[in-house]
Amino acid sequence: MAAYVIRRLWQMIPTLAGVILLIFFLFNWVGGDPAQVLAGKISNPEQIANIRKQLGVDQPYWYQLWVFVQQVFTFDFGRSWSTNEEVSKILLTRVGPTLTIMVPVLVIETMLAVAFAIMVAYVRGSLTDRTIMVICTTAMSISFLVYIIFAQWLFGFKLGWFPVQGWSESFSRNLLTYAPLPVMLAIFVGLAPQLRLYRSFFLEEINQDYVRTARAKGLPEKQVMMKHVLRNALIPILTNIGIYLPGLFVGSFLLEVFFSIPGLGREIVTAVNRSDFPVIKAVTVYLAMLTMFINLLVDVMYKLVDPRVSFK
Amino acid sequence: MSAVLPKHIPVVREASPGLWALAWRRLRADRVGMVSLAVVVAFLAMMLASYAGLIAKDWNKERGVSYANPAFLAGAENLEAKEVTNKDFGTQAKPVDLSDIDPLAPRYKEWEERAAKIAVTEVKRAETLPFGGDKWGRDVLEKAIKGSEVSIFVGLTAALFATIIGTVLGALAGYWGGRVNDFLEWFYNIFTSIPYILLILAFAAVFKKGLDTIIVILALTGWTGIYRLVRAEYIKHCGREYVKAAQAIGASHFSRMFVHILPNASHVILVQLSQHVVQFIKAEVILSFLGLGVPVDMVSWGTMLAEAQNELVIGKWWQLVAAGASMAFLVTAFSMLTDSLRDALDPKLK
Repeated sequence: MAAYVIRRLWQMIPTLAGVILLIFFLFNWVGGDPAQVLAGKISNPEQIANIRKQLGVDQPYWYQLWVFVQQVFTFDFGRSWSTNEEVSKILLTRVGPTLTIMVPVLVIETMLAVAFAIMVAYVRGSLTDRTIMVICTTAMSISFLVYIIFAQWLFGFKLGWFPVQGWSESFSRNLLTYAPLPVMLAIFVGLAPQLRLYRSFFLEEINQDYVRTARAKGLPEKQVMMKHVLRNALIPILTNIGIYLPGLFVGSFLLEVFFSIPGLGREIVTAVNRSDFPVIKAVTVYLAMLTMFINLLVDVMYKLVDPRVSFK
Repeated sequence: MSAVLPKHIPVVREASPGLWALAWRRLRADRVGMVSLAVVVAFLAMMLASYAGLIAKDWNKERGVSYANPAFLAGAENLEAKEVTNKDFGTQAKPVDLSDIDPLAPRYKEWEERAAKIAVTEVKRAETLPFGGDKWGRDVLEKAIKGSEVSIFVGLTAALFATIIGTVLGALAGYWGGRVNDFLEWFYNIFTSIPYILLILAFAAVFKKGLDTIIVILALTGWTGIYRLVRAEYIKHCGREYVKAAQAIGASHFSRMFVHILPNASHVILVQLSQHVVQFIKAEVILSFLGLGVPVDMVSWGTMLAEAQNELVIGKWWQLVAAGASMAFLVTAFSMLTDSLRDALDPKLK
C-alpha cells in the first residue's frame, strides 16, 4: 500500500505542473496587463510602468513563472491587489465560515439521501417511487437562484424565522443562528439529484444474485437491505462523495453571496469582480492540490470499504 | 426449377431501418419524449422568432408604469408607481426670486421660448401589463421571451463547441493511443483537478465580459466529460473488424476516425450534447446573475433573477416567476427529452 501511495503521489507531479502552467497561462498571458486594470481610468504611462515594476510583470515570462512556482511552494502569494491584505491570511480566515456551512450540509445531506434512496429503491416501481422521482426531476429543473431568493424572502423576511443574512464572530452563534437557513437550502436543493443517483446505485445492487441468495436462505429483509445491499452500494456512494468533497471548500458560493457569509466562495466571486488575480490564483492552485489528495484518499478508502479492491 | 418460377419476380427490397430510423421510431412511441420534444421545439421556435424580431422586439420599451401590475391583478395597489407620478416638484414651494443676483436670469426667457418649440409627447403609460412590469415599466413577459433567446443561444452554442472539442480530442486520444493519449490524459487531469465552478470563475476573471466570452468559457471548461466518453468509444471501436476493413481498402486515418467510427459513436455524443445544453443554460443563468455573463444592455433569465431578488421584498413577484418558470419549463422538458433520447438510441440500456 505504501508503494501504491508513493506512486500515486509521484504521478501527481505532472498534473500539478500542468495546473500551475494553466493558471500561469490564464492570468499572466490571457489576463492582459494587470497594471492597466489597477491604475484605473486616470493614469499616465509613468504610473503604469511603476505598477508593472511592483508586480514584476515587466520581467520576462520565464522569470514570472519561476516567481509563481516559488509562491505556490512557499504559500506566499503576496498581497491582494484590491484590499492589500495578505492572500494567505485571506484564505485562512475564509475557510472557517465555508466549512461551518458545508460540513453540516455534507453530513446531513448524505445521511438523508442514503436513507431515502434505500427506501425508494426498496419500493421501486411503486407509486411512491414514481411520485418521488417525478418530484425530484421537477425540483432539479428549478434554478438554485429561485430557491434561494424565495426562501430568503419567505423565512428570513416574511416569517422572520431566521436572520435574512449575516455572520458573527462566535462559532456557536453562526452555527445556530446564521447557518441553519443556508444549510437547509443547500440540503433541500442537493437532495434531489443525490437521491436519484443513490437510488440507481441501490437498484443495481438489489438486482444482484447475492441478494436473492440472502433472501433464499431466509435472512430477514432488514438484514438483507442494511447489511448486504447497503454495504455494497456504499462503494459508488463513496466515490460520489469523493467527487463532491473538493467543492466543499468553494462552498456553495451562491449561498455565501446571498447570505453575506464571509467564506471562500464569496471571496472568489468578489475577487473575480475586482480582477484580484493573486487571490484567484492561490485558491485555484491550492484547491487543485487538495482535489488530487482527496482523490487519492478516496482510492485508499476503497480498500478499507471493499476488500476486493487491490492496489495495482 | 427455374422453369416453375416466373421470370421476373418484382424484388421488394425493404431497406432495413438504420440506427437513426429505429431510434426515431422508438422515440415516436415514447409519449413523454414526444411531449418534451414538442416543448423544446416550441422554445426553439420562440427563440428564433425573437431573434428575427417577430416577437418581443420592443422588450426594452418602457410601456407601463413602474412595477405595473399583471393584468389579472389590475386592482392591486401599486405604491411604487404612485410615488413616481405624484412627485410634483414645481408647485409646492414658491421659488425665491433670485433674478437680481442670478447670472443666468437674462437668458431664462430665451430658453423657455426654445423649450416651447420642442414638442413633448406625453406617453400614456399603461397601468397594467399582461404579466406585470419591472422597475422601468418594461413588460416582464417580453423580457422573459427575449431572455430565453440569450439563455438558449448560449446553452446551445456553448454545448455545441464543448462537444466538438471533446469529440475531436477524445477521438484523437482513443484512436491514436500511446503518446497522444498520454498527453491528452494529462490535459484532462489538469482540467478535472480544478473544481468545475472554480475553473469557470478563473476563466471569467481573465476574459472580458460579453456574450461570446461566456460561450467560450463554458466550452473551454465543459469538454472534459464528453472527451472521456468519446475516448472510451474510440478505444472500443478501434479494434473492430469494420475499422480493419476500412484500413484494408486504404481509408486514411482521418477517414477512419471521422467517417467510419464517428457515426458509430454519434449516439453517445448526441446524448452528451443534449445534457450539456441543460447544464450550460443553468450555468449561464448563474453567471449572468453574478454579473459575469451578459452585458447590461441585454437581458437573460439570470439578469432577470438578479432584479427579482430586490423586487420580492416589495411584493413584486412576477419577474421571479416569469424567469424561474420559463427556465424550469425548458429545463424539465430538455432533461426528459435527453432521457428519452438515451433510451431510444440505446435500447439495451433499459
